[in-house]
Amino acid sequence: MTGRVNPLRVLFAILFLGIAGSLILPWLIELQHLDRSAHFRSATLDLGLRERVGQAGFIAALSGFRAPVAAILWISAHGAWEKTEWGKMAALFDSVTALQPRVLLYWDIAAWHMAWNARASALQDLTQPSEVLRERSAAQYVALGRDFLERGIKNNPDQYLLYESLGRLAGLREVDHGAAADAYAKAASFKNAPPYLKRLAAYESSQTPGSEREAYDRLLSLYREGMQQRVPTLVTRLHEFEQKLGIPKDQWIDDSATRDPSNPLKAPKRLPP
Amino acid sequence: MSRSLSSSSRILAIAGNTFTDQVRQKVFLFLLIFSLMVIGCSSFLARFSFQEEFQMLKDVALGAMSLFLSFLAILAAAMLLPRDLEDRTIFTILSKPVPRHEYLLGKLLGVLAMLLLSTLVMGVLFLTVLLLREQSVILETRTTLAGSPQELVSALAEVRKSAFNWNLIPAMGILFAKASLIASLTLMISTFATSGIFAILMSATAYFIGHLQETAREYWLGGVDVHWWSRFFSALLALVFPDLQAFNLSDDIVVGKGLPMDVFWQTMALGGVYTVIYYLVACFLFQKREL
Repeated sequence: MTGRVNPLRVLFAILFLGIAGSLILPWLIELQHLDRSAHFRSATLDLGLRERVGQAGFIAALSGFRAPVAAILWISAHGAWEKTEWGKMAALFDSVTALQPRVLLYWDIAAWHMAWNARASALQDLTQPSEVLRERSAAQYVALGRDFLERGIKNNPDQYLLYESLGRLAGLREVDHGAAADAYAKAASFKNAPPYLKRLAAYESSQTPGSEREAYDRLLSLYREGMQQRVPTLVTRLHEFEQKLGIPKDQWIDDSATRDPSNPLKAPKRLPP
Repeated sequence: MSRSLSSSSRILAIAGNTFTDQVRQKVFLFLLIFSLMVIGCSSFLARFSFQEEFQMLKDVALGAMSLFLSFLAILAAAMLLPRDLEDRTIFTILSKPVPRHEYLLGKLLGVLAMLLLSTLVMGVLFLTVLLLREQSVILETRTTLAGSPQELVSALAEVRKSAFNWNLIPAMGILFAKASLIASLTLMISTFATSGIFAILMSATAYFIGHLQETAREYWLGGVDVHWWSRFFSALLALVFPDLQAFNLSDDIVVGKGLPMDVFWQTMALGGVYTVIYYLVACFLFQKREL
């Protein structure tokens, strides 16, 4: 390629770009704030990520290809799952969630793999003869699952889904009904949360020893919300509490409308809303 | 009036020739790779749950679109001037009453037309594959849950929510805006570059720095206690290079976040402003260049 440009012109061009850049700067800052207030561009890159995804992955992430890199690592994690390499899976999930912290699916499935699949595998690990150690290992995987959910919640405090998963983990895996009730209640407090979350919070609360009265009040208030909440489990639980707490009969709920008149002893049916 | 008309017809003629030239160079062959990638990816991902499948399909397709458009913008724009100089076409054009800024504008518009067509073709291909997979998952769900209509309704809603969302279309518009500014930036670099390779390397470097511009800006404006030269260097990066991270909204769009219209239009406008600035600098540099 022949021809030259006067170096002075290049210098002027850089100067012009600098001036234009300084004029654009306030706009860029405002746009960045606007993006972040709409929950865009909130993921940050740190040196920890460099260690986890390697140099090539980090460069790809720097170049704006976080999502494809995360997808590729997720596929690797799936491969590790097929070979039941739980440690490798946990490390890959860590990288994926660091790259895509706003994708709830990644946090949720990572936690599920750890707290359900890895736990079950640890409990059935025949290469470990000690049952105590097997249980200890299983508990560690559940804790790892909880850690994914807690970090996911920290990154997505505006979404109910991970609170719901935390409630499920606390109730089913840690058997901590109080914690499960709290997590479900938190999930139910979101505007777009499905109505069943309130019921799940009440069910978990009803299994917490010492909080029977509170659980009864919670269930009753749900029952009073209308037909949408009057599902068989809720009605049955309410009857259990009415007897357990010695509620006067005239204050018992009237669920005759939800029962089958030909067979009153049969569990109540859910009416269409 | 007639002067401006003839000016625009000259620009359009150069743009048309540039576009035809790009087509003759078989640049659209990359679309074949893209289609193989998206279709192959969609059939491979069918082994995952539908939420994972759609998430990854959208991530990979939009990532590939961004990558291909950026590569295409750099490679096409970097070779415009060197090729015209090599085969002496530039002398034939500029010896006629064609101002240099019109020549550059025609070249840039030709590349932008090619990028727009590529975006459209890739977008249509991606959305077709996504919709086909969505229909296939819907069919499977209908068959599986045929006995429980209440569950079927919520399952179908979940499938539809995970697959297509209208925000994917503005996301592709933003990818085009990013590619346009990269093309304009590369054209500017090629006006003072000594070779096509040099222009490509410089543009690729600017591309990486552009993605770090936001970090440099935060470092500069964040009041971090560092040496003055470090702050000066950060300021220089933040002011001279474009902020390419501002165009990386597709990661969040794929998750299902609604893209506010003011964010979309401001991002598109930012792309347009950068494109114009780099074009103006390119004109300034090219005006007195010895050929």
